[in-house]
Parts: sequence; structure tokens; C-alpha cells
Amino acid sequence: METVIKTSTIKDKLIFEFETSKLFLFGNTQLRDQAMESFYKQGIPTRKHEAYKYIRVDLMLKGEFDFSTNKNCSDAQIEPLKFLKDAYVVVIENGIFVEGLSNLQNLPEGLTICSLVDAEKSNSPVFEKHYAQYADVKTDPFIALNTAMTKDGVFIHIAKNAIIEKPIHIIHISTAFKNTIIHPRNLIVIDENAQAKIIESFETMDSTAKIFSNALTEIVVDKHAIVDHYKIQDEKELGYLVNTTQVIQQKQSVFSTHTFTLSGSLVRNNLTVVLDDEHIESHLNGLYLTAKNQVVDNHTVVDHRKPNCNSNELYKGIIDGKSIATFNGKIFVREDAQKTNAFQSNKNILLSEAGTINTKPQLEIYADDVKCSHGSTTGKLDEAKIFYLRARGIGIINAKKLLMHAFASEVVNTIKIEALREYVEEKISKTFE
Amino acid sequence: MLSIKNLHASIDGKEILKGINLEIKVGEVHAIMGPNGSGKSTLAAVLAGRSEYDVTEGEIIYNGENLLELEAEDRAREGVFLAFQYPIEIPGVSNINFLKTAIGEIRAYKGLDPMKAKDFLMMLKEKQKLVEIDRALVSRSINEGFSGGEKKRNEIFQMAMLEPKLSILDETDSGLDIDALRIVANGVNKLKSKENATIIITHYQRLLDYIIPDFVHILHNGKIVKSGLKELALELEEKGYDFIKEEVEA
Ligand SMILES: Nc1ncnc2c1ncn2[C@@H]1O[C@H](COP(=O)(O)OP(=O)(O)O)[C@@H](O)[C@H]1O
Ligand SMILES: [Mg+2]
Repeated sequence: METVIKTSTIKDKLIFEFETSKLFLFGNTQLRDQAMESFYKQGIPTRKHEAYKYIRVDLMLKGEFDFSTNKNCSDAQIEPLKFLKDAYVVVIENGIFVEGLSNLQNLPEGLTICSLVDAEKSNSPVFEKHYAQYADVKTDPFIALNTAMTKDGVFIHIAKNAIIEKPIHIIHISTAFKNTIIHPRNLIVIDENAQAKIIESFETMDSTAKIFSNALTEIVVDKHAIVDHYKIQDEKELGYLVNTTQVIQQKQSVFSTHTFTLSGSLVRNNLTVVLDDEHIESHLNGLYLTAKNQVVDNHTVVDHRKPNCNSNELYKGIIDGKSIATFNGKIFVREDAQKTNAFQSNKNILLSEAGTINTKPQLEIYADDVKCSHGSTTGKLDEAKIFYLRARGIGIINAKKLLMHAFASEVVNTIKIEALREYVEEKISKTFE
Repeated sequence: MLSIKNLHASIDGKEILKGINLEIKVGEVHAIMGPNGSGKSTLAAVLAGRSEYDVTEGEIIYNGENLLELEAEDRAREGVFLAFQYPIEIPGVSNINFLKTAIGEIRAYKGLDPMKAKDFLMMLKEKQKLVEIDRALVSRSINEGFSGGEKKRNEIFQMAMLEPKLSILDETDSGLDIDALRIVANGVNKLKSKENATIIITHYQRLLDYIIPDFVHILHNGKIVKSGLKELALELEEKGYDFIKEEVEA
């Protein structure tokens, strides 16, 4: 057995780990077995997999990896990551919900927050109804892997008509002293006519080894609900992240999501929004700032299944160094989805010769009475604008920074929580240093 | 203050300025007139430090320094200001943040302490009044969605804020109606002092009814072909540019 593990591929190691640990994992073994079987069929994607050809997760997953989930963080270490002073804070360390580091006192009526393990144990009917119902294991190997191997995460439920004023901040913190793979998983259910603002931030701390986080969040937005969702990804050099976000929207709901990728060696976002009924509104915004050898890949899917819905997508990127940024935005307009309005725009600034941007919009339209448009641009910073600023005494470095901020501001300004907007602006300024 | 000697400049291998000589002393206002394409904006761009132009011959001495050796931003910090013929729009950068950054850098360059926020706001208010620019415009992104006249007025507003020593106004009058022209001229006149100098580039004499030049130069085909006192502008207006061409070619 010993030798098998040492010489085997990461796929074998994951399967071995699954077989030896599955009895200790929460929930339904059958679901996990099926997911593992699906992962077994798909494997870790290589450059031969069209959807992953620009992001070589397989290369990153070479060598030894650990699957244990230690808790290392102290209160003092977490404190600076709680950048929203007035929020309900959930801390998930190496994929495990840590009550002691979270701030969940005095939750208002209608708001339930607990670990996935506890949600499952308590036989919560909401959990049972929605858990693992939306992210399809057959469509992606990382969904399959997460579904098979997740140990924990957070379950958030906002009951019918509840309007949660304060934001809910989920902090994913990773710490590793050995190369580690984790599979955090969250389920967020916003019931009919309820409202919530949810922020997921991804950070690494004190690590001396690579940490690969295969994180998955399912979000259920019921009828008339209004949800504002943010992801702030700032995992630094040792962070490797595959982040799946699967959203299902019901009638007349409004869902806005914002993905800010500020650092991380490798970041892959798989964002899918399904508009499953009529009169739905969806907004997808994204900003990625890449440098050095970073690889950042945003794959989004907007799936219009019913008539009279609107979706609007804006992704912008600034690419420096030898980094590789990819935007792949798919819009489906199904046969039933007449009177759909779907817009998509991807704009990039390439700062360096060695940087790469791959941008690919894909529209698949099966209805005839629809308004859809997409566009993508890649350019340099505008020399005429740089000169205008310099002609007023602004040095070339600051002139470029002002223009980069200006470019990013279109996305940053979509942040509706002021404290969060300020935080992101500050982070962006640091990135430009 | 400014001494231009035998200045030759070209772009993409094409020579545009063909030996310009010009002396400007503090306190003076010089008008440069000339037909379209004669090289007026090129001269302004070379003075401001636009790097696309190659200076192939000649020199520019500004307050004892070789201006051509300074980067564009350092020229601005040393007090050179160009009001652009075609000011561009910069969405996402607010006028206020822009001016704050510019003033901050200029003061740092001169070794001065940063300006206090309160003082900056007071100055902003005062200069807004001086050039009669709408407050709403000032709080917007640089020139974004501004009309032609508003853009020109914003240039003069920036000039008022930065208090340059040498201002070059490149056809600031074109596209302005008579009221706007009067306001802009009024602003320029108020900003004029014994310590600074102004170059007014125009091809109509109209503006010179409001801003009285000390000297008038006529640029033709990359050269100053005639210089004189303010009466030259009137003569030019009367006889048209053709008389210059005839004189030069004769
Ligand atoms: N980028 C360029 N490449 C080639 N020729 C140029 C360029 N810019 C300006 N020119 C030419 O230089 C000449 C002078 O232009 P300009 O200085 O703008 O004249 P003015 O301001 O007097 O109307 C014109 O013939 C114009 O076509
Ligand atoms: Mg011109």
C-alpha cells in the first residue's frame, strides 16, 4: 500500500483518501460515492480538456499533498480579516466552520447560520431539500470532487420575508505547513421575499506550503428575493483556488454577484447562474488584477430558461507580468426564454508584453425574440490620457495608476456596501504599488 | 523666460517645424497666429513635452534650463502649462482627484508640504468662481460628456488651479460663443501677472480683442515669417493669410 501512494497520481491519491475517510464524513454516503465515481470518470483536467486548457491545475497538483484540516488561527490573526465592522462573520478555516472564531451572536429572526455538519445532523428540512441539488457532479470534476470529499462549510438560511440588513461575511482562511487540498462547501438559501448581502472572502495566512482549495457554494434565490453576493479573492502566492458558485433563481428575484480576484497563484472561478422562472434579474460583475506568474480564469454561465428575464455581465481585467487571464462567458437562451435581454462585456488592459489574455464569449440562443449582445476588448493604457495627466505635473507612474483605478472603478462602483467598497479600493491601490 | 532657437521638429520623419526663433520675457503676452496646418499645435506639443515629436535641431531654454531634457511632468512642475486644443475625456478620474494629485506632486517636487484639504477646497471654490465654471462639472470625471466649450473652460480652470508661469493656450477660443469667449478671456486676464507669461495660439483675431498681446507672430509652414505688435493681428484679419503667403513667397 505504501508504495502505491508514493508513486501514484493525484487522482489515485484522492480516491485512496476518499475510500479511507468516507466513513467519517457527514451525510449520505451514496451521494458521495456517486460523486466520486463521476470524478473517477472525469479525472483532473489537463490541457486536453477544453474548459481547462488555459489553467493547468494538473501541473499544480503534482507532488505530495495532505488532506488533513488543522486549525491554526488565533483570534488575533483573524481579526484583521474581519474588515466589515458591522457584519455577521463566519470563519471557515481550512474548510471547517470554526464557531469560536466567528461572530454570530444575536442573529436576527429569520437568519440561521450553522456548520454544514450541524445542518445535516439536525435534519433541517431546508438543508435536505437543497443540499447538493444544483451543482451537477457530471458537469465538472471539481464539483464531483467537492461533493464526494467535503468535510464542512457553512449553511445559511434566510427565512421567508426576512430582510437581513447587516452583511453576512464568510471568511475562508487557509493555513498550511504541508501542501494541502481542502474542499470547503457552503449552502445558502434565501427564501421567498427575503433579502441578504453575502460576502465570501478567500485568504491564506502563515502558510509555508501550497494550499489548494476546491471551494463550492450553492445559492438558492427564491421568489421575489433580493441577494447581493461578493467574492473577494486575495490568496497570495501560496493560494490555489478553484471556486465554484452555483446559483438558482426563482420568479422575480434579483441576484447580483461580484468577483474580485486580487491575488493568488492560480484562481479558477466557475460561476453559473440559472434563471429558472420569469421576470428574473441577474447581474454578474468581475474584476481581475493579475501579475507575475498568476493564472486567473473566469468561466461564467448565464442560463436563461424562461421568458422575460434580464441579465447583465461586466468583467474587466488588468494583466501584467507573465500572468495569464482568461474570460469565458457563456449565455444560454433556451427555446422557452422569449423576450430575454442578455448583455455581456469583457474589457482588458494588457500592461506587459509577456502577459496573455484569452477572452471567449459564447452565445447559444434557441429563442427568436431576444435581445443579446456581447463584446470584448483588449488594449493598452491610452497614451493620450497618460500625456494629459503628465502635462499637469502627475508623474508617469501615478498617471498610469490613476488610469488603472479609473478602468477598475466601473466594476468597483457596483459594490453597494460602502465599507466593502473602501476595502476593495484600498486593496486595489496596494496591488498597483 | 523662454528662448527658442532654430527649433526643428518632425513626426514620423516628416518635418513640421522648420527653424523657429522666439524670445518671451516674463509679464509678456505673445500671440501666435497662422493658417491651419502651419505647425502651431506642434510647437505647443513640443513645448509641453510630447514624446512623439523628434526635435532634430535647435534648443529651448526655459528659465535658464534646457527644457528639452525635462520629462513632460517635470515641465509642468516647473510651471509650463498647455491648454489643449482638443482636451480629451478621462472617464473614471474625477477632476477633483486629478487636481489634488497634480498639486500634490507639484508641491512635492518643489519640496513644499502637502496642501491642507481645507485650503485645497477653498482654492477650488475661489478658482471656480474666477473662471465661472459650474460646480457640477468640477465634481465629474475629467471632461466626460462635457460640451466643447465646457472642455475649454475646464482647461482654463486647471490653469487657474495650477498657477503656471508659462501658459500656452492652443486655440482655446475656437468653438466658444461670444459669452464663453469673454469669460475665458476674463479668466486669463485675471491670472496674468508680472511673474508669468502667456502664449496665445489662435487663428482668429477675435480673442485678441479681449486679451491684448504684446507681440504677434505669424507662423507659416513651420516658420515664424513675421512678427510685430498687436496691430499685426488686425492687418492679418483685414488682408487674410494669403497676403502672408504672397509676401513670403515673393
Ligand atoms: N502624427 C502626425 N503625423 C504626420 N503629420 C502630422 C501629425 N500630426 C500633425 N501632422 C501634420 O503637421 C502639420 C502641422 O499640424 P499642427 O501643428 O496641428 O498645425 P496647426 O495647429 O497649425 O493647425 C500638419 O500638416 C499636420 O497634418
Ligand atoms: Mg492646432
